[in-house]
Amino acid sequence: MYAPDSILIVALAVVLGWLAVGLLGSLRPQSIIFRQLLFTLGALGGCILFIASIFALERPAENLVLPLGLPDLPFHLRLDALSAFFLSLLGAVSAGISIFAAGYFRDEEPGRFAFICMFYHFFLASMGLVMLADDAYLFMVAWETMALTSYFLVTLDHKLAHIRNAGFIYLLIAHLGAIAILLSFGVLHGGHGDYTFTALRNAALTPFWATVAFLLAFFGFGAKAGMLPLHVWLPEAHPAAPSPVSALMSGIMLKTAIYGMIRLIYDLIGNVRWEWGMVVLVIGTITTLFGVLYALMQHDLKRLLAYHSVENIGIILLGLGMSMVFIGFGHPAAGALGLIAALYHTFNHAVFKSLLFLGAGSILHATGLRNLNDMGGLIHKMPRTAFCFLIGALAISALPPLNGFVSEWLTFQTALQALILENGVVRSLVPLSAAALALAGALTAMCFVKVYGVAFLGQQHEPRHVPQGVFHGGDATHLERAGMAYLAACCFLLGLFPSTVLLALNRVAVSLNGEGLTPAALKSNWLWLVPTAPAQASYSPVILFLVIVVVVLLTFIFVRNFYHGRVRVSYPWACGFPERTTRMQDTADAFAQPIRHVFGPLYLMTRHLPAPDDAVPRYSVKIEDRHWYWLYLPVARLTGFISEKLGLLQQGQIRVYLLYSFITLLTLLVLVV
Amino acid sequence: MNQFTGISLQILQSVFVVLAAPLLIGWVNICRAWLQNRSAPSILLPYYTLAKLFHKDAVIASHASPLFRTTPYILFGCMWLAAGIVPSLATNLPFSPAADIIALVAVFALARMFSALAAFDTGTAFGGLGARREMLIGFLAEPAMLMTLYTAAFISGSTSLDTIVASQAHQTFSIHPSLAFAGVAFSMVLLAENGRIPVDNPATHLELTMIHEAMILEYSARHLALIEWAQAVKLFVYMIIGFALFIPWGIANASDPAGLPLAFVALVAKLVTAGLVLALIETLLAKFRLFIAPEFLSSAFLLAVLGMLTYFLNRT
Repeated sequence: MYAPDSILIVALAVVLGWLAVGLLGSLRPQSIIFRQLLFTLGALGGCILFIASIFALERPAENLVLPLGLPDLPFHLRLDALSAFFLSLLGAVSAGISIFAAGYFRDEEPGRFAFICMFYHFFLASMGLVMLADDAYLFMVAWETMALTSYFLVTLDHKLAHIRNAGFIYLLIAHLGAIAILLSFGVLHGGHGDYTFTALRNAALTPFWATVAFLLAFFGFGAKAGMLPLHVWLPEAHPAAPSPVSALMSGIMLKTAIYGMIRLIYDLIGNVRWEWGMVVLVIGTITTLFGVLYALMQHDLKRLLAYHSVENIGIILLGLGMSMVFIGFGHPAAGALGLIAALYHTFNHAVFKSLLFLGAGSILHATGLRNLNDMGGLIHKMPRTAFCFLIGALAISALPPLNGFVSEWLTFQTALQALILENGVVRSLVPLSAAALALAGALTAMCFVKVYGVAFLGQQHEPRHVPQGVFHGGDATHLERAGMAYLAACCFLLGLFPSTVLLALNRVAVSLNGEGLTPAALKSNWLWLVPTAPAQASYSPVILFLVIVVVVLLTFIFVRNFYHGRVRVSYPWACGFPERTTRMQDTADAFAQPIRHVFGPLYLMTRHLPAPDDAVPRYSVKIEDRHWYWLYLPVARLTGFISEKLGLLQQGQIRVYLLYSFITLLTLLVLVV
Repeated sequence: MNQFTGISLQILQSVFVVLAAPLLIGWVNICRAWLQNRSAPSILLPYYTLAKLFHKDAVIASHASPLFRTTPYILFGCMWLAAGIVPSLATNLPFSPAADIIALVAVFALARMFSALAAFDTGTAFGGLGARREMLIGFLAEPAMLMTLYTAAFISGSTSLDTIVASQAHQTFSIHPSLAFAGVAFSMVLLAENGRIPVDNPATHLELTMIHEAMILEYSARHLALIEWAQAVKLFVYMIIGFALFIPWGIANASDPAGLPLAFVALVAKLVTAGLVLALIETLLAKFRLFIAPEFLSSAFLLAVLGMLTYFLNRT
C-alpha cells in the first residue's frame, strides 16, 4: 500500500516546502494577507510532518540516499522511531508557533519581515534535517545551519549592543558544542573513512574510547541544550529574539540536542554504562535546581522563562540519566521507563514552554513591557491570553491533570525502581535525585505563582520602565490566540491521555534498547496509565479531571440554589488599613525574598540597603551567575592573554614574515635530513 | 462485588469524609480547650460556622478577576477528589487506582497553587505576603513528603495506597524501623501542610505571623465557607493517608462489606487519638518564627532520608 520510503519522502518534502516558503517571503512582504498566508503554509507543513511521523512511528525504519553534497559523500537520510518521534514534536509544536507568528509579525517593516520569514523557515527546515540525517556529514551541515539561522534571528535587532553580545555568546557556545560533537564523531568513526551512521554504529570501540566519545557527545550536545555549566547563552539569547523565535529555540531547538544525545549515546555508541548514567544524572540534578533557583530571581519575563528551560533540560537529563543507570545495570524495562519519561518530558516541555513564550510575546505586543514589576492586572485587559497562559503555568508547575505532571510522575516511578539496583550508593542517589525533582517542581509552582500573580492578577503596578515599541493595549489577535489555544489544548490532551503517548514512546524505546516496558504496562488503555504493573502504580487523569469538574459544578449549583448568589463589590478589606496603593502589592523581587533567604549562599548577591538618614532611600539587589566568575571570565582572560602573546608574532612587516617562512623551511629540512 | 456496589461505596466514602471532616476540627478544638483550661465549645461549632457563612452576602474586592470567585470551588473539588480516593474505610474500591499517592500529593499542590493565585488577585499587600509564605512552606514540605512516601513505597513495592495498606494490614505483623523515621517525618509535614502550630497558627490574624489566613483574608461568606471546609477535609485526608501508611490495621476490603463496621470503629478510634495528639502538640509548642520553618522541614526531610537508608541497610 505504501512505497517503501514514502513517509521519508513526505518529511523531506515538508523540509523543502519550508525552504521554499522562506524564499517566498521576499516576494511581496508588504502585503499583510501574503504574510499570514506564508506562515499559515509553514504551519500546514508542521501538521503534515506531525501526521506523517505518527505513521512512521509504527513502521520499520526507512532509508534514502540523496546524490547531493560533496562528490563521494552523498546525503544519507533515515527515518526510524526516534527520528519520527522528534519530527512529530517539531511538526506539532511548530504548527502552533507558526500560526501565532502569522499574527505576530503583522507590524514588521517589509524588509525585516522578508528577513524573518526566510530565516524562520530555514531554521525549521534545518531542524528537520538534523533529525533525518543518517551520516555525520549531513548531520553537522544541518546542525551548523540550525545554529547560524537561529543566530541571525537572535541578532535581529543587531543595532543594540546587548543583543550583539547575546548573539556572540550564543554563537561561541554553539560552536564549542559543535567542535565537541565533531570530535565525538571522529572518535566513533575510528579511521575507516566512512561517516554514515550505520558504519559508526558498527564500529567496535574499547571502553576507554567509548567513554571519550560519550563525554564529547554529552558536553557537545549539552552546550546546545543549556546544560550546566554551558547554559549562559540561554538567558541572554532567548530574550533577545522575537517571541515566536524564542519559542522555537526553547521549545524545539533545545530538543534537537536531546535528540542528538540519545542518538549518539543509545544508538551509535551503544553498550550504555551505568557510570555514564551517573554523570548525566548528577549534572541533570544540578541543572534542574540551578535553573529553577535562578528563574525565581528574574523579573524579566523572557529571561525567567529561559532559566526555566535550563531547569526542564535538567529534568529531561534526570530521566535519561536514570534510564542509562538502569540499562547499565542490566534492567532494560526500568531503563525503557526512564527513557520514556525523558522523551515525554521533552515533548511536554516543547508544548508548554512554547505556549508561555508566545504568551510573553502577546504581553510585549499589548503593553510594550517585559519587566514583571511594571505589569499587573493584565487578566482584565487580555483575558484570553491570560487563560492560555494559566494553562501553561499549571502545566509547567507539574500539576495534574496537565501534561507536565505525567512526565514528572513517570520520572518518579522510574526512581522507585531503584530497589533493583545492585550498587548501594547508586541505589540511594537515584531516590535523592527524585527528591530534588520534587523540590524543583514545588519551586516552579512558586515561580509561576509569582509570574502569574504579578503580571496578570492584582492591579497595574506603577511602571518604572518606559514601554518599548508600538503597543496596542488589547488582547492578542485572532491568529495569535489560535496558536496559543492550540498549544493549551495540546497541554490538556497530552495530560489527559498519557497511555497513548506511553505506548507510542515504547516503540522508540524498543527500537533503541531492543526491549521496552513490562507486558503489564503495555495493557495501559486510554483511561488507565500503568507504568509497570497495576498493583505498583496507576494514574487516571481523565477520572481526576472529571471528578473535579463534576464536584465544582455540583457545588456551584448546590450553593446557588440552596443559598444564594448575592455579591457586594467593595474595596479590598486588607485588615482594615485605610491607605492602600498599588505599590503595596508584592513585586516579583519581593515575592522571591524567602528564596533569597533560604538559598542565599547559592547566589552571587549584591545588596544595597538605605541608611537611616538617607534623603532618598534606595533598595536594590543584584543577582549574578557565579559561573561567569569562576569559569567564563578566567577562560576569556586566558584566551586574551594567549592571543596577545601570539599577536607579538604579527609585526605587519613583510621581511619578518619572510623570516618566519625561512625558519620554518630550515626546521623542516633539519627534521627531514 | 459488582461494579455498582463498588462505585456507590466509593461515593459513600467520599461523602462520609467530606461530611465528617468539620467534626474532626471540632474535636481538635475541644481537646485544645480542655488542655488550656477553657470551657470547650460544642463539637458541632464548625458546622454552625459553615451554615452561618453560607447565609451571608459575599463581598468581593472591586478589581478581583473571575479566578478569585472560582478558586473556592476548585479547592473544594480537589479536596473532594482526595476524599474519594484515600482508603478511609475500605480498600480496593474501583476508582482508587485513579491516583496513586504521588498524584494525590500533586492534587494538593494544585489546590495550593490556586489559593496562592487567588490571594494575589485582590492586589493587596497581605495577599502577596500570604501566597509567598504558603509557597515557601509548600516547596519545603514537598521533598520531605516525597521521601516519606518513597520509604513506604519501597517497603511495599508500590505507590498505590491500596497496595501499601494491603501489604501491611492484611499480612503478618512486622515492624520496620524505617517506618518510624518516616512516620515522624510525615507528622511534621502534616503539621506544616495543614497550617498547624508550630508552622502556622490557624487561629491568628496577626499580620506578622499568619500564612494561610493571610491568603484567604479577602474571602467572605460562601467562598470562605468552602475554603474552610476544604481545609477541614484536607486535614482529615492527610490523617487518613498517615493511617494508611503507618497504622493501617482494621481497614475493610471492599469485596467484604462485613468488615465495614469494624473499619468504622477503628477509624473513629484512630481519629480521636490523632486529634488529641494534634491538640497536645499545638498546646505544648509555640509557633516558630517563619524562618525556623525551613529548619523544621529540612529536619523532616533528613529523617525521611534516614528512614529510606535504614530500609536499604536492613535489606542488604
